[in-house]
Amino acid sequence: MLRVEGLCSGYGRIQALHGVDIHVAKGEIVTLVGANGAGKTTLLMTICGNPRASAGKVLLDGEDITRLPTHLIMRKGLAHSPEGRRVFPRMTVLENLQMGAALGDPRHFDQDLERTLALFPRLKERLNQRGGTLSGGEQQMLAIARALMSRPQVLLLDEPSLGLAPLVVRHIFEIIAAINRDHGVTIFLVEQNAFHALKLAHRGYVMVNGKVALSGTGAELLANPEIRAHYLDGGVS
Amino acid sequence: MEYFLQQLINGLTLGAIYGLIALGYTMVYSILGMINFAHGTIYMMGAFISLIAYLAATTIGGASVVVALFVALFATMGFTGLWGWTMERVAYRPLRAAPRLAPLISAIGVSIILQNFVAQAQGARVKPLPPVIRGGFSLMEGDGFAISLSWMQIIVVLTTLALMAGFTWMITSTSLGRAQRACEQDMKMAALLGIDVDRVISTTFVIGASLAGVAGLMVTLYYGVIDFYIGFLAGIKAFTAAVLGGIGSLPGAMLGGLLIGLIEALWSAYFSIEYKDVATFGILVMVLVFRPTGLLGRPDVEKI
Repeated sequence: MLRVEGLCSGYGRIQALHGVDIHVAKGEIVTLVGANGAGKTTLLMTICGNPRASAGKVLLDGEDITRLPTHLIMRKGLAHSPEGRRVFPRMTVLENLQMGAALGDPRHFDQDLERTLALFPRLKERLNQRGGTLSGGEQQMLAIARALMSRPQVLLLDEPSLGLAPLVVRHIFEIIAAINRDHGVTIFLVEQNAFHALKLAHRGYVMVNGKVALSGTGAELLANPEIRAHYLDGGVS
Repeated sequence: MEYFLQQLINGLTLGAIYGLIALGYTMVYSILGMINFAHGTIYMMGAFISLIAYLAATTIGGASVVVALFVALFATMGFTGLWGWTMERVAYRPLRAAPRLAPLISAIGVSIILQNFVAQAQGARVKPLPPVIRGGFSLMEGDGFAISLSWMQIIVVLTTLALMAGFTWMITSTSLGRAQRACEQDMKMAALLGIDVDRVISTTFVIGASLAGVAGLMVTLYYGVIDFYIGFLAGIKAFTAAVLGGIGSLPGAMLGGLLIGLIEALWSAYFSIEYKDVATFGILVMVLVFRPTGLLGRPDVEKI
């Protein structure tokens, strides 16, 4: 479904990705874990065309999308819930969701809205509230909901657990599982919260300094002593 | 009292025109964070295009006044819109990643080019247009002083109100308006949702420029004289209006325009007409000192 081959990219002179290979098959939840600054967010943003890849390829359903401008990449069935959520602060929740559906057929809107709000009942109560007034957890829900409104085949999630209380994190991960299971959306999840992410995912990759250091099924990686030492035993719930 | 009301009417008419120009400043600023200093020149171009279109329609086409006015309106909006698009494409887009000063200088350059082009092509002398729409009402005659309300004033205010209402509806309720607000708040995120940001920016320039074009048309009809330099002062006053209302705020631009028009009219009436520009820009200085975000501008701090 989504395949990344030898991808290199960076910001100005600083190279952040050094030949990354990753693939995500249809229907999977694949996670990418790694420390702060490993290049996880850069990988997701490079898949979306900003920054541009300096070498390597991004293939979506076999089609090379590496050189397309961002807005055209996003029309190929990819949706992104980015780092920091980036909810439009001065737009209402409903308007944020309408923005998510900006590309879709307007006739689907009501149906998609209902389906999305069923996943996030909290947002339903706040439809006319401005995005900037929501709590962190609600903003995260809105960011994911907005991404879903375009009926994506592949959903990219960047650190949905960042800065949220453990209970909220658990709730959001349950929703992510439901999106994959009930709606058949393929998910590529980037997380620092390795424990939760690997438990949820079918497969995982570990990124270190802009390269993939390890890969395997979620259970294999969770059992790996090196990973336990680096990412799990350091007080992560 | 009658005198005051008369100045109020004059001020509102003038203010409506400033408000239309100010909208273009504030729209571009809210999306790109840049002051398009060539905007006043677009308004001047609008005045010339409307004059040419009107004269062509009546003399060559033999059209009636009403038809000719509509021809002038559409020609003006079309051509100034095209200018706005070209200007963004040629002078601003290549500089989008450059430091903020670069597009500002480029804007001033565009404005000098356009002014000189019009001065060369049309001559530097003042161009007159005999009054097209005459007559009006006389309200409240008393004390030997009649308040007059001309048809032209009614047309200016009604056209402005209609354009502003339509424009507000577009921004708040259409998908284009939503996309514009999204680009204004987070351009990168808008692109991640599949919005063609470049196209939204182009559209913004086209709309802003055609609104300024309409303002040019109305000034031509209202005052009956135009020259290649009218864009400078009107542009700066409309910019003042946008800052007074709160740059980036659309209702602010409209309010600021009306206030500047009123201040100018009332100052000219009660103090001295020579000092009316001093009064206007004095207000700008006071706003910048005491309320830098303008009347309806939002404070910088907000919860994210």
